[in-house]
Amino acid sequence: MLKSNLKKLLLILMVFFTLFLPRVWGAVKEKDLSITADHTKFKDLKGDFHNGEDLTNMCLKCHNLADKQIYKTFHWTWKDKGGLRGKGAYTVNNWCISTNFMHDEECSLCHIGWKGKEEGINCFKCHLRTKEDIASDMKDYLFFSQSQDKDSQEMANDIKNTIKEHMVKVGPPTRRNCGECHFKGGHGDGAKHGDLDTSLINPSRDLDVHMSPKGGNFSCVRCHTTVGHNIAGRYYIHPAVKEKKSLIEDDKTSKITCVSCHGHTPHKDSLLNGHIKRVACQSCHIPAFARKKPTELLWDWSTAGKKEKGRRIKKVDKYGKVIYGSDVGTKKWATNVVPTYFWYNGTMASYTLKDTIDPTKENFLNKPIGSPTDKNSKIFPFKIHRGKQPYDTKYKRLLPPLLSEDVKTGEEGYWKTLDWQKALKDGCKIMKIPYSGEFGFVKTAWAYPINHMVAPKENAVKCIECHTQNGRLKNIRGIYLPGRDRFGFLDNLAWTIILLTLVGVIMHGIGRLILSKRRA
Amino acid sequence: MKGKRIYLFTRFERIWHWLQALLIIVLLITGFEIHGTYSLLGYDRAVFVHNFCGITWIVLFFLFVFWLFVTGEWKQYIPTTKKMIDVILFYSYGIFKGEKHPFHKSREEKHNPLQRIVYLILASIFLPIQILSGIYYYTYHTWPKLGGLAIFSSLDPVAFIHTLFAFVILQFLVIHVYMTTTGDTVFAHIKSMFTGYEEIKETSN
Repeated sequence: MLKSNLKKLLLILMVFFTLFLPRVWGAVKEKDLSITADHTKFKDLKGDFHNGEDLTNMCLKCHNLADKQIYKTFHWTWKDKGGLRGKGAYTVNNWCISTNFMHDEECSLCHIGWKGKEEGINCFKCHLRTKEDIASDMKDYLFFSQSQDKDSQEMANDIKNTIKEHMVKVGPPTRRNCGECHFKGGHGDGAKHGDLDTSLINPSRDLDVHMSPKGGNFSCVRCHTTVGHNIAGRYYIHPAVKEKKSLIEDDKTSKITCVSCHGHTPHKDSLLNGHIKRVACQSCHIPAFARKKPTELLWDWSTAGKKEKGRRIKKVDKYGKVIYGSDVGTKKWATNVVPTYFWYNGTMASYTLKDTIDPTKENFLNKPIGSPTDKNSKIFPFKIHRGKQPYDTKYKRLLPPLLSEDVKTGEEGYWKTLDWQKALKDGCKIMKIPYSGEFGFVKTAWAYPINHMVAPKENAVKCIECHTQNGRLKNIRGIYLPGRDRFGFLDNLAWTIILLTLVGVIMHGIGRLILSKRRA
Repeated sequence: MKGKRIYLFTRFERIWHWLQALLIIVLLITGFEIHGTYSLLGYDRAVFVHNFCGITWIVLFFLFVFWLFVTGEWKQYIPTTKKMIDVILFYSYGIFKGEKHPFHKSREEKHNPLQRIVYLILASIFLPIQILSGIYYYTYHTWPKLGGLAIFSSLDPVAFIHTLFAFVILQFLVIHVYMTTTGDTVFAHIKSMFTGYEEIKETSN
């Protein structure tokens, strides 16, 4: 009995080792062949340093165009060319509302500099291939190295060694690098986009066929084509691409799109290919977003500030996500969200603090532009994030409260004071925006295009989900959609006539039957 | 009362008739599913079956037209007013009194004047409209590529026509099926469409 069990175990182990282990090894051993330099061997990277900028200068010794390139990019400026839009400018959203010209400390944590734009570029933010947070290490190092006592000096030395150990492990950005900000933006994992959260660091094939290690294992920059540190992609009113071409037509395209690799006729079925003119690939191939982790659907600031017995309140939902916090108000999270569809030509209408709002209705701060009559518009999926946020009841403009604290003056923001009036006054003062002193809360909405989390083809949206009344496309106007649309009067009239005819012939038949019986 | 048997429908005609009947019924069933009236096969399967039957029907329709002209059978569909009133009166009145049908079928004239006009309109107007609007519907997305040949910028009018004539054909089907029961026996007409032979009762002329 024991022997046979032992035999079985041995057999199972043998099968496991012969079948699976080589695969595990293979996955681990697989190297990025695009890397042609081993940074651990460079002497220039072994020198001493005292702050973040010293490290940056080591990088720039060889990568001598990088800084000039970076300073021109949107990732650095946080402003578009007109200087009106961007996190560092007047753009306002309905998550953390505004960065107050990058004065708000917590907002600036996502900036690619060591300390906002003030202390140079932090190359490691995008290029470090380990999980180490060098920005925070550097902060600790600076703190301890300033102190003269022995323990602190030792501590500083330890941190320095950690930085030295990690700083040589660099390369092209990974999903984790980009995700550090793009997955976690808007005050938490998955808060903003819906199709971007930390589940994409190592996604299953089910979640994203392109990014999954079991699929294409794409990094973000595989499609977000990067030229001179300028990363292609949509931002605010600027579309990601002007023209979609396949790589056969143009191999130096400014950004990789679906068409680049899949071509203009990706399906075997010509009827499906016929959809492409008016329906974006994303509409069918991303059946739902936030498929692994929840995404935020609502942020109502108007309820913030409540306390219970003098203490701050914090409530979480089944996902462990905050649904009420004294500092943030009410939030709502959901998984597996079916997108909302709009006509979209690749550009968004985007609000700034200089625009006025209508306090009687919901104001779209970021809204897709497009229409059925515009040749370049397609039906496209979106996440809608709703909110309620402060506005100036007199000037009818949205207001930018200071939330964490001002990096420059140390002024405390709403999260510390729970004082709207002070947070709004400080925020407006930093941005030199007039504030009447009277505020209210207005409903807002923000649309984010859904581009990621492309599902395997077998999970694509089924025909009937749109070709039906009250389906996914129930609000899409300007097209005749078979299965959804009717010619009301025609259907009713025709069915009535057919019913009457049926009754007529039945009566005719019964008449014949009765009369023939009577004759017989 | 023993009648004579006459050969009315050739083998091709019978195969064509039943194949067309089958196609029309399947097209109606799948078509109204695509229209959203009910769900039966599942949308994608309904679309596939509908398109398959539609294209098959086009082929069959052209075979039928070819056959009509080669055999001279097209003459059967020349409309006439002769006995038209009598036939209408028969179906609305005489049939209840057990009167004899005023029209006498023969190899040369196998359709009564009412059939002639209805079949002519059906085959020369309704079915071609349905086939053409169907082809347009099917190839809608490729028309702009063919050099701006699209007559309609939207699917609306095409879909309207295609739906309208689907109802017209359904209406025809209901009446047509009922009319088959008005022969000497309830199944006499249907039987002749299978065998090709029609039993003709002895009559005075």
